[in-house]
Amino acid sequence: MGAGPPAQRKAEGARDDARPLLSVRGLGVRFKTAQGIWQATRRIDFDVAPGERIGIVGESGCGKTITGLSILRLLPGNFAGLDGRILFDGTDLASCSARQMRAIRGKRIAMIFQEPMSALDPVFTVGHQIAETLRVHSDVSYEEARAKTLEMLRRVGIASPERRIDDYPHQLSGGMRQRVMIAASLICGPELLIADEPTTALDVTVQAQILELLRDISETSKTALMLITHDLGVVAETCTRMITMYAGEVIEDATVDEALVRPLHPYTSGLLRSLPHLSPRHGRLPSIPGRCRRLPRCRPAAASAPAARTQ
Amino acid sequence: MARRSPVKVIGSRLVQALPMILLATFMVFALLKLVPGDIAVTLAGDNATDARITEIRQLYGLDRPSLVQYGAWLGHVVQGDLSQSLLTGEKVADSIGRAFPNTLLIVVIALVLALVTGIPMGVMAAIKPNGWIDKLISMIASLGVAVPGFWLAMILVAEFSLKLNWLPATGAKSFSASPIDAVRHALLPGIAIAAYGMAEVARQLRGALLEVLSSQYVRTLHAKGLSMSRILWQHGLKNVGVNLLTIISLLVNRMLAATVVIEAVFAIPGLGSLIVRGAIQRDFPIVQGVVFTMVVVVIAVNLITDLLCAAVDPRIEQ
Repeated sequence: MGAGPPAQRKAEGARDDARPLLSVRGLGVRFKTAQGIWQATRRIDFDVAPGERIGIVGESGCGKTITGLSILRLLPGNFAGLDGRILFDGTDLASCSARQMRAIRGKRIAMIFQEPMSALDPVFTVGHQIAETLRVHSDVSYEEARAKTLEMLRRVGIASPERRIDDYPHQLSGGMRQRVMIAASLICGPELLIADEPTTALDVTVQAQILELLRDISETSKTALMLITHDLGVVAETCTRMITMYAGEVIEDATVDEALVRPLHPYTSGLLRSLPHLSPRHGRLPSIPGRCRRLPRCRPAAASAPAARTQ
Repeated sequence: MARRSPVKVIGSRLVQALPMILLATFMVFALLKLVPGDIAVTLAGDNATDARITEIRQLYGLDRPSLVQYGAWLGHVVQGDLSQSLLTGEKVADSIGRAFPNTLLIVVIALVLALVTGIPMGVMAAIKPNGWIDKLISMIASLGVAVPGFWLAMILVAEFSLKLNWLPATGAKSFSASPIDAVRHALLPGIAIAAYGMAEVARQLRGALLEVLSSQYVRTLHAKGLSMSRILWQHGLKNVGVNLLTIISLLVNRMLAATVVIEAVFAIPGLGSLIVRGAIQRDFPIVQGVVFTMVVVVIAVNLITDLLCAAVDPRIEQ
């Protein structure tokens, strides 16, 4: 052990003055496995300001999805324990009761997932599933809920919503399903939207449209966005701040401009170098060599990393 | 998405059902001809001469080749006539009309009991898989599957009729004349058949629900802030609707078959007793008539199930 604080530079600007909407401190999650208890994430600290758009990046299995799920306490059945605090608007979600969590889920913090086909219930109409979020959290009539649902469908850019509202998920395209998911997550006007790889299952043009929609909605309705992805391009287009995770820990927290132009942590620069370039051809893409937990994987780390840490 | 109208679906399914009716009745007819025994001997009475027996065979057309006999029976059925009992001369349709309501009442009671007990058991077991409730329910379900219906029937009679004298041990009453009395008579046989159904519903429902609960969209429902009970009873049950309907249709068919034995235990004049008596006496029009009726009921149940499945699950194209 003995890892220090993550490589972090305080971003300039008003963000520091505003009280954060979400403040994660020392978050760690454990799971039961056949080999015993497995510590999936540890010592995760970050803040999300109201209306801010942050990207959480890292390779598969680094704990970014688990971090997103643990904020809403939606961890899978083999979940074994959670450390630290998840302060949302002053309330520690880590110590909320199940009932308190239900009142927050969908209403104040919403979440959308990677595969919009399997994330929607196949035997209910999309209109029902969008209105459901509203009807669970507020006492609205059927007509009100339907009118609001139509409005949401229009807002997420679905053509002829009057016709689509009574469609079933299998009758929609992948992009439209993700729009429906976004409509269902935003109908209660949440303050934070956690989007877990929302565009990974979509093709490139649809991907761009969905990202634009997310950014647009976040800007107009001041919804904070926590975008979990492994795609640095997606973060660059959508977010203002980027948190890099590796092996269950946050290793860099910086504005997107800084992180992408002058990455502080060698792992981040490693991620950047492994992005494919369109032109000219550079030959083989550099890959991050993997041997031990972290340090040896950072190519220049041994010699030059300022944040180099020994295990 | 274009859908065929229900009328067309029903029409095409009925056409498909014809070969099934033909096959089932022909096989039963062939089996009856294969087993030893001759109704002509019975009809001729005690101490009849061979000449008299031959005469009776000719009279009833029993001397003709089997296929011709089957063809003649089929010819009548096509005209809506299930012919007459060889033994009593009563119209088979009348006998079935008298017996069918008794059997139907038992099956309906058994099905209702099986669903009313089996569905909550299945749901409770699925809430906490491998918890103590789940284990207890799984044990009860194993018992329900393993215990033979006729044995349970005898135990029920010994306990509730003979010892406690709560319910009648035998017979049946007309439902239209006195519904309460009819239900009282059909309750014990219904319970005897329902035990298996309850076990089957609980086991199948648990499995189907567990699959639904592990799916991605359930995580979405949690993320939307739905309570576990709403997820289970609303989304869970609608998603297992197709499984449930399939279980019900299989159960109806099985229960219909089970009445043959159960009616014998309770001496209920239903379809089961009718077919058993017909088979013993080689009264083939009776047997054929009951088999025909049961096949038609089974086909109707399957057809209704398919139509309901399409109504429950929008992804099913008829």
